[in-house]
Amino acid sequence: MDLVTPDIGLVFWTTVAILLLFLLLRKLAWKPILSSIHERERSIEDALDSAEKAKQEMSRLTSENEQLLKEARAERDLILKEAKELKDHIIHDAKILAQTEGAKLIEKARIEINNQKAIAMAEVRDQVSSLSLEIARKVLVREFEDPMKQEALVGQLVKDVKLN
Amino acid sequence: MDFRHFFDLKKTLILAIFAVFVNFSEIRAQDSVVTKNEKFDPTKAIMEHIGDSHVWHLWGHTSLPLPVILFTDKGIELFSSGEFHHGEHDYQGKNYTYRLVENHIKVVGTDGNVDESASAHIYDFSLTKNVIAMFLSVIILVLVFSSVAAAYKKREGKAPKGFQSLIEPVIIFVRDDIARPNIGHKYARFMPFLLTVFFFIWINNIMGLIPFFPGGANVTGNIATTFVLASLTLIVVNVNGNKAYWKHMLAPDVPWWLYPIMIPVELIGIISKPFALMIRLFANITAGHIIVLSLISLIFIFKTLAIAPVSVAFVIFMDVLELLVAFLQAFIFTLLTALFIGMAVEEHH
Repeated sequence: MDLVTPDIGLVFWTTVAILLLFLLLRKLAWKPILSSIHERERSIEDALDSAEKAKQEMSRLTSENEQLLKEARAERDLILKEAKELKDHIIHDAKILAQTEGAKLIEKARIEINNQKAIAMAEVRDQVSSLSLEIARKVLVREFEDPMKQEALVGQLVKDVKLN
Repeated sequence: MDFRHFFDLKKTLILAIFAVFVNFSEIRAQDSVVTKNEKFDPTKAIMEHIGDSHVWHLWGHTSLPLPVILFTDKGIELFSSGEFHHGEHDYQGKNYTYRLVENHIKVVGTDGNVDESASAHIYDFSLTKNVIAMFLSVIILVLVFSSVAAAYKKREGKAPKGFQSLIEPVIIFVRDDIARPNIGHKYARFMPFLLTVFFFIWINNIMGLIPFFPGGANVTGNIATTFVLASLTLIVVNVNGNKAYWKHMLAPDVPWWLYPIMIPVELIGIISKPFALMIRLFANITAGHIIVLSLISLIFIFKTLAIAPVSVAFVIFMDVLELLVAFLQAFIFTLLTALFIGMAVEEHH
């Protein structure tokens, strides 16, 4: 029975001890410790959160960059294509121009050549006729130095006329 | 990690062996004080060891006399328990003559016998072995936790280090496994109380396992201590009880004709819950001490050293088990306290 009968003295001192302990520890230990733990946990959580945010931001930026890169690439392709088209166009135009110009020049040249040729021909013709006349005169002169021959020829001619 | 584990185990074993030998010498010393021929009475020896005392036995014949404080109907008496000379002498105080009978201070009448009616009027507020041991535990706790708190201030926001990292998991255990799941979001207000109770019980349980000064006092195995702890739980729970709690208690959702049964049952429940806490802690710790002391007593019952290895082996086993129980009982007490608080502050849906 002694074992299960609380002594008033011990009850009193236990109360004093535990209340003292409670007040002391609450002030000295529990408040600073719990708030520190809480603070640290919150800062860790914040750090994790911000890391997660940074990661998301990072991935967002990466995808944005990729998008930009893609757009840039597409634009480059477009520009290149346009440039190529332009180049082709220019070349084509130039070719046509050159051709027409060439053709024009050739035509001009041809006309000139023809003109020159015609002049030359006319000149040649003149020369040839005058030369022929000269030659004919000279031949005639030589031919008809001999009166026999003149007579033969006239006789021949007369003979031919008779035949007709 | 494995090594450290082993080291802890080794330390525990050393402690246990030490415990055995000190208990051993203690009992023998007291045995020799009585008489050589008298039969060894294990009940008396064990009850002496688990009970409170006005002296703190240190070793052999050396004991520390503790101050006696008595509130009598004629005024306060203050003297050293050394005046009793281990109960062999009466002490003539200012108001009465006192005698130490089985660790209780009684008034001696003029006829030389104990005057029970006069003894009923004196109140013993002595600083007994349990009181001193308890205050030692309080000092240890305050020193330990204020140094830990200082470490928190010094290393603000950093990872715990040294002793701080030993204590922090326990504090977080109390918070995350005891307070939060049982009380809910209002847990923070009760944390100081729960932590104080938890560490107070735990350290006193452990100090009780140390068989020599400054341990060895059976503080948490004393009904007065557990009575105070349970009373504090009772007060904290009912002071914080909200409207839903009292409505559940005084106007439960049952047909009105059941009220004559329900209300008394609920009101008994207010007392019976802390009462169970009081008995559980007291019985667990006292039982552990009784088993260890009984195993040691076997040596004296059989009057042979041959039984000593058996006793020692069993005592080592029990001491290791008691280390677990020391934590477990602190845990259970705190857990149930948190549970009762949780029931009292729970919002009704």
